[in-house]
Amino acid sequence: MDILYGLGHGFGVALQPQNIVWCFLGCFLGTVVGILPGLGPAATIAILMPLTLNMDPAGGIIMLAGIYYGAKYGGSTTSILLNMPGESSSVVSCIDGYQMALKGRAGAALGIAAISSFIAGTVGIVLLTLVAPAVARFALSFSSPEYFALMVFGLSLVVLLSGASLLKGLLALLVGLWLSTVGIDLFTAQSRFTFGRPELLGGLDFVVIAIGVFAIAEIMTTIQNRAEGRLIPVPKGFRNLLPSWEELKASRFAFVNGSITGFVIGVLPGAGSAIASFIAYGIEKAVSKRKEMFGHGAPEGLAAPEGANNADTGGALVPLLTLGIPGGGTTAILLSALILWGVRPGPLMITESPDIFWGLVASMYVGNVVLLLLNLPLVPAFAQLLRVPKWVLFPVIFGLAIIGAYSVSGRIFDVELLAAFGLLGFLMAKLGFPSAPLILGFVLGDAMERALRQSLMMSQGDITSLFQRPISLTLLIGAAIILILPMVGFINRFRVRAISEGA
Amino acid sequence: MRFQTLLRDGDVIAGAALAGLGGFVFVTGSGYAYWSPSGPGPGFFPVWYGGLMIALSLGLIVSRILRGITPGEAIDWPGIGRAMFTWAAFVVATLSMPHVGFVIAFTLFCLVLIKGVFQRPFLQAILASVAITAAFHVIFVILLQVDLPAGPLGV
Repeated sequence: MDILYGLGHGFGVALQPQNIVWCFLGCFLGTVVGILPGLGPAATIAILMPLTLNMDPAGGIIMLAGIYYGAKYGGSTTSILLNMPGESSSVVSCIDGYQMALKGRAGAALGIAAISSFIAGTVGIVLLTLVAPAVARFALSFSSPEYFALMVFGLSLVVLLSGASLLKGLLALLVGLWLSTVGIDLFTAQSRFTFGRPELLGGLDFVVIAIGVFAIAEIMTTIQNRAEGRLIPVPKGFRNLLPSWEELKASRFAFVNGSITGFVIGVLPGAGSAIASFIAYGIEKAVSKRKEMFGHGAPEGLAAPEGANNADTGGALVPLLTLGIPGGGTTAILLSALILWGVRPGPLMITESPDIFWGLVASMYVGNVVLLLLNLPLVPAFAQLLRVPKWVLFPVIFGLAIIGAYSVSGRIFDVELLAAFGLLGFLMAKLGFPSAPLILGFVLGDAMERALRQSLMMSQGDITSLFQRPISLTLLIGAAIILILPMVGFINRFRVRAISEGA
Repeated sequence: MRFQTLLRDGDVIAGAALAGLGGFVFVTGSGYAYWSPSGPGPGFFPVWYGGLMIALSLGLIVSRILRGITPGEAIDWPGIGRAMFTWAAFVVATLSMPHVGFVIAFTLFCLVLIKGVFQRPFLQAILASVAITAAFHVIFVILLQVDLPAGPLGV
């Protein structure tokens, strides 16, 4: 009953005219950045975040979340028409989506992707609506040791799933932790790692790091690769975008598979939609009676991963909103945005900020309908974006990145840091270091250190106290298992295969 | 030859750099109070993760050596050169921005990017650079009232 009441309240917020506009704008921008290779939702949200700080928090988060899930809709268009994923979450969609397009079924492939995204995205939000309040109630019993253990557990999963090398993932995480300690220590007012620069006393700004590591590094990588593809034209007319009855029938289990798999994987920190879509594709192929069709244009081979990467959104918001633990780079940016607006995600968010929590959840139902309407009839128009030349697009992204970093504090020092983090992100990509652990280490580092120090204060320095509380003990054992498991050969082979095919 | 290959390996270089960073974090962190009367001090956390960073970096180097040093796949030097050229132009634009303002610095940066990296005709590069910068100025400075660095021309 509380859920229905809360959801009703949320629709009251989400259906306010200005919030419908923000939702539409977010979904529109999300679709655009999803379609454009080289500009992801994380970079876009990081760039736009400083510009939304003066907005009403409910409207701001509704728009930024719209970019997050809208990009997943848009990503499939590039996969199907160009065989080049617009988003990492759409990599698997290339396999059968592009093959369908080559066989003259581009319109049907775009239609299946949109329908599957809508169904699974909606199921993911329904599950978020039902699960989040229960998780928040459970988390009310958490104290500092449980929070510390939860963050260790979450970061271990991120390290496990974000790159082929566990060592590199851990090292990226530690660099993120170091960056989070730059500035004044909140317990003692001691300045740490500031190199005598007064600009660093307040710590590094998350927006600058996120834009540098995601946007600038992405552009540099794309400029290095200079990848181009052959664009398959979108059939004209709405009817040509509708899949046939046989294609829909073949995809019916894929819709269910994508919805459930996507949500469950989404809840796990670090897994992300790329891995969700890979696993959903693997399940679909494993249980299919016509395995030989996979890779040659099977509609269910497109429906399952597209569904999974959209249902993942609902799952990813469960730990973010109820525990304050982001599972990936984009949700880490959403967490920072919420904190900047003065909203603290966690078990009390539902009761302390019902407008934001339920407004966001309700807006996602609205956003899914908006995206279906945008992506079916307007997909030929969106596909034209792929014709925007990179020599126009990249200077625009650089300009947005400069303005995004500069407007944080009005200091050119932040733009200099942006350049430094752009180079760091590029070098990390070249050397095979995943960026997600660095970002999450930075975002969670401060809270993790605080939770650890408070735990040790509570126990007068006795570190074994962390192992004497059942929940923290369970989570720490879980984290240890997560980091030890890859030492088992066949598990590590599966892990590396999942990551390399999903990345 | 084998030692030279080792020194050029990306994992070994990254491991050495991160071990150096870990050493710096550990030593600097040791300079802060490790423990205070109320509990762990500001040096507590950095000392632990700095030490862990050293250990894992050395682990990365050792695991690379144990895997066997073989010449890796060919490095795309022209591609890396393009990316680094772009980055260098961005750095120059950033450093010059406080002196010449956003409009001049960004127009020149766009020109270098469009002409130098994407090799478009000179006139097209100039027109595109001016148009993009003008669009940014109108949208952000005039319409959204975002304060950007101004140069001697006032923009």
